[in-house]
Amino acid sequence: MKKTMIGMLVAGALSGAALAQTTPIKIGFVGELSGPQAPLGQDQYDALMLLIEQNGGKLGGVTVQVIKEDSQLKPDVANQVVDKLLEKDKVQIITGVTFSNIMMAVHKKITDKGVFLIGSNAGPSPIAGAQCSPYFFSTSWQNDMQAEVVGKFASDKGYKNVMAMAPNYQAGKDFVAGFKRTYKGGTVIDEIFTPLNQQDFSAELAQVAAKKPDALYIFYPGGLGVNFVKQFQQAGLNKSITVMSASSIDGTTIPALREAALGMLTGSFWGPDFPNEANQKFVAAFEKKYNRIPSQYAAQSYDAAQLLDSAIRKVKGNLADKKAFHAALKAADIKSIRGNFKFNSNQFPMQDMFVFDVAKDSKGRVSLRTVAKPLVNHTDAYASQCQMKSL
Amino acid sequence: MTYQLALSQLLNGLQLGVLLFLLAAGLTLVFGIMSFVNLAHGSLYMLGAYFGAAAFAKTESFTLAILAASLGAGAVGLLLDRFALTKLYTRDHLDQVLATFGLILFFNELIRIIWGPGSIFMQVPDALSQTVDIAGFVYPSYRFAIIGVGLLVALGLYLLIQKTRIGMLIRAGATHPHMVSSLGVNIKWLNTLVFALGAALAGLAGVMSGPIVSVQPGMGEPVLILTLVVIIIGGLGSIRGAFFAALIVGVVDTLGRAFMPTLMRSIFERNTADAAGPALASMLIYLLMALVLALKPQGLFPASAGATR
Amino acid sequence: MKLFPVAVEWRAPRTLVAIVLVVGLFLLPLLAGDDNSFYVKFATRVLIYALAAIGLNFILGFGGLVSFGHAMYVMLGAYAVGIPVQHGITSGYLHVAIALASALLVSALVGAVALRTSGIAFIMITLAFAQMLFFGAVSLKEYGGDDGLTIATRSDFAFFDITNATALYYFAFVAVLLALYLSWRAVLSPFGLVLRGSKANARRAAALGHPVFRYQWVAYVLSAIVCAVAGVLLANLTQFASPSYGAWTLSGELIVIVILGGIGTVFGPVVGAVLLLALEESLPMLVEATLPDYKSNWMLLLGLFIFLVALLLKRGVFGSLRGGK
Repeated sequence: MKKTMIGMLVAGALSGAALAQTTPIKIGFVGELSGPQAPLGQDQYDALMLLIEQNGGKLGGVTVQVIKEDSQLKPDVANQVVDKLLEKDKVQIITGVTFSNIMMAVHKKITDKGVFLIGSNAGPSPIAGAQCSPYFFSTSWQNDMQAEVVGKFASDKGYKNVMAMAPNYQAGKDFVAGFKRTYKGGTVIDEIFTPLNQQDFSAELAQVAAKKPDALYIFYPGGLGVNFVKQFQQAGLNKSITVMSASSIDGTTIPALREAALGMLTGSFWGPDFPNEANQKFVAAFEKKYNRIPSQYAAQSYDAAQLLDSAIRKVKGNLADKKAFHAALKAADIKSIRGNFKFNSNQFPMQDMFVFDVAKDSKGRVSLRTVAKPLVNHTDAYASQCQMKSL
Repeated sequence: MTYQLALSQLLNGLQLGVLLFLLAAGLTLVFGIMSFVNLAHGSLYMLGAYFGAAAFAKTESFTLAILAASLGAGAVGLLLDRFALTKLYTRDHLDQVLATFGLILFFNELIRIIWGPGSIFMQVPDALSQTVDIAGFVYPSYRFAIIGVGLLVALGLYLLIQKTRIGMLIRAGATHPHMVSSLGVNIKWLNTLVFALGAALAGLAGVMSGPIVSVQPGMGEPVLILTLVVIIIGGLGSIRGAFFAALIVGVVDTLGRAFMPTLMRSIFERNTADAAGPALASMLIYLLMALVLALKPQGLFPASAGATR
Repeated sequence: MKLFPVAVEWRAPRTLVAIVLVVGLFLLPLLAGDDNSFYVKFATRVLIYALAAIGLNFILGFGGLVSFGHAMYVMLGAYAVGIPVQHGITSGYLHVAIALASALLVSALVGAVALRTSGIAFIMITLAFAQMLFFGAVSLKEYGGDDGLTIATRSDFAFFDITNATALYYFAFVAVLLALYLSWRAVLSPFGLVLRGSKANARRAAALGHPVFRYQWVAYVLSAIVCAVAGVLLANLTQFASPSYGAWTLSGELIVIVILGGIGTVFGPVVGAVLLLALEESLPMLVEATLPDYKSNWMLLLGLFIFLVALLLKRGVFGSLRGGK
């Protein structure tokens, strides 16, 4: 194993930039591509490929080969496919990774090998804090950020009584904790945690109706969110209670929800209606190619592709010089489609956070509309626990 | 805890129970008559859900969706029986397990190729999308509909098996297959009929659960395991057993999930309870099955005292 | 005690295939070289599955009892590594001891209940116990619960360092050889004869005065223990332990391996493991080369293959070869 590493380094040093021009850079993509959460991984993959295609199959002027792997939302499967990417395909960069539990299962393995991991979705707290690594960059958010912006929004609005609902697993608890961290001036009158595989919320909705909160905060990603919102509407509660969500009502679930979600709120860092030029170009190109509105997962991944594009260009395709490549990534010399974008000390983004509501866009389609910017230049709560090693 | 919460959970359990019965009825008959272990029964359930969802999206008629699901799954069952499985009926259970395990992989992948890897969403039909309010007790009408359909099918099956000539042959075939065929009944034809009927019922279960769970490749496997539990508890080959066992399993599973965590919380401190509660709830039906098998290896309602399989 | 309890027919096809396969497996890491640790790791996985299948074959092949829950012992073995390592206990001997003790305990209890039944009821009751253990593992929140447990370091076997991929491979290789030899000896012993006799006709074996239940029980416990050792190895290979190692699909896969290889043959499980895993590895590549759009749908062909094996090859691949006698 050690021999291989040295061999690779020597070969890399000898070949230098000249060779790098002829051999394509291998990039591994890992994401959820099957099952109910497949739309998330698919959006990540499609946005990555969109930029590569726009650049004629290249990133930073160098031909790239993307090897796509499905982690099936199973940590043990993710382990296997990452082994394959690292040891058989010998990729130099891995990007994607949709779910936090998958990230926790593969993060150490990838970064220990000295392979750069550009996460374009999951941002579990240990990786932002104690287990941070110089080989890891996130172009999305630390999980809590999406919840914190909703908490701040609820305080700004002056909601006095709020209920919180989430599935009973780690991310569910994190998203409720994040909400409570920034929610001031009112009380969370009840927290309900439902089993992760529970699809039917009729009993809990009965409790919500009985307690009559000003607003209900939910975290139900993917298909769970679809079920929840439908049942919420069927129970006739959408007239009296405001729904605020994090990572639940988004570009991947709105196509299934359509009118049922109108008026519901969600917190995020990006929306398809952002007026900046880079974003307008991205949204138009994505809609043209894939015939649907991009979700935030597509946006995160597009920025990851832009980041790789700029960093590979800066080092002229010579990834063997890891120090230079790391510096090029850290500089984040890109026009992010979200606007403000910089890396914090733990290599997670420092960015503005927004709240959106579900409304009809100019073409009459149900989509997200920006309503507020409660947090400016926001960073996560874990950066102080990260002692970043230098490369 | 209010009586309304308890009642609605009881109804949820009943609803799961009748769905399980639709699946278990076919499986237990196929086992009883052909002595055939069909692990691919869950795939027929999945096919039914997909056929139904596709038909519903096209025609917006739930009745047509139900027809498409049951007839479609029934047709697939017919083809399977005629062209693929007949040879396996006389082999031992191990070959059957292996062959139908292969079929599970085959069908999951086939669905993935045709409908894509993600899940597709099926709306509750408009007419049933509201809630029913009975003296202050509120319950979604679609779930009432499921319970109704399930009980109707159970009644229909009872009449078919107890009151018709075909039913008599099925009953006889379940206990004394050799006797039936030596009496000149075309047992092959009977097999095909039973298999297709079971497949159609599985398809019906699939389309009925389409709007409440997500329709996706591999959705048949967890349900298959539950169904196996049902037919074992009920006694192999026994429709009556399948009916009662399905209701028991549905109610025990649902009530366990609903109340076990709360119950545990009142005994242990919150952290322990939150971890152990859901796990214990998930184990409950398997515990029940192990208990039944340990005490009555033939199940609660054996098809007949003479059947030793 | 003689090394070979019976005369070996060296020129029978079965013997030849077995020898070629063992020699090939022995040479594999040398041929693959350092640069291809992926293939060494893959081959290690094959050996581990073979080991678990050899264990299962004991009760399934020789005892004729279809256990649909043997993955639970693999999972027990994996957690016997994962949980102690989380607490800083890295001794491999201790891991193996814990794995053996827990598998012994669980299988003795499960066996005592399950063996009261037979046929399809036995299939289902073993499945039920495996599901219970599966959900038990899911509830272990402090050890990762559903998400599983990443294992920081491999087991420490003092004199035998398995941190290197090739070393771990040979470790598994030796385990497989040992298990093969033991199962061969056991099958030919009086114990094995009664066991096989009970498969053919349990009532007759009992009538002849053999304590069939006790024999089956011992066979069940032995087979569980072998699977637990496979679990210890699997956890070391993947440096991961998860409830999914005890999922019913893995139990099914182990049955497939045993049948594919040839049920009731000593060497069949090895052939089955090589075949199934090689197929799982090569089918995606094959599909990619011919129909690139359907690369991810290779399972369709695997399913069809398994179906056809069950339909056409009554005695499995290895079992269809002419044996010694």
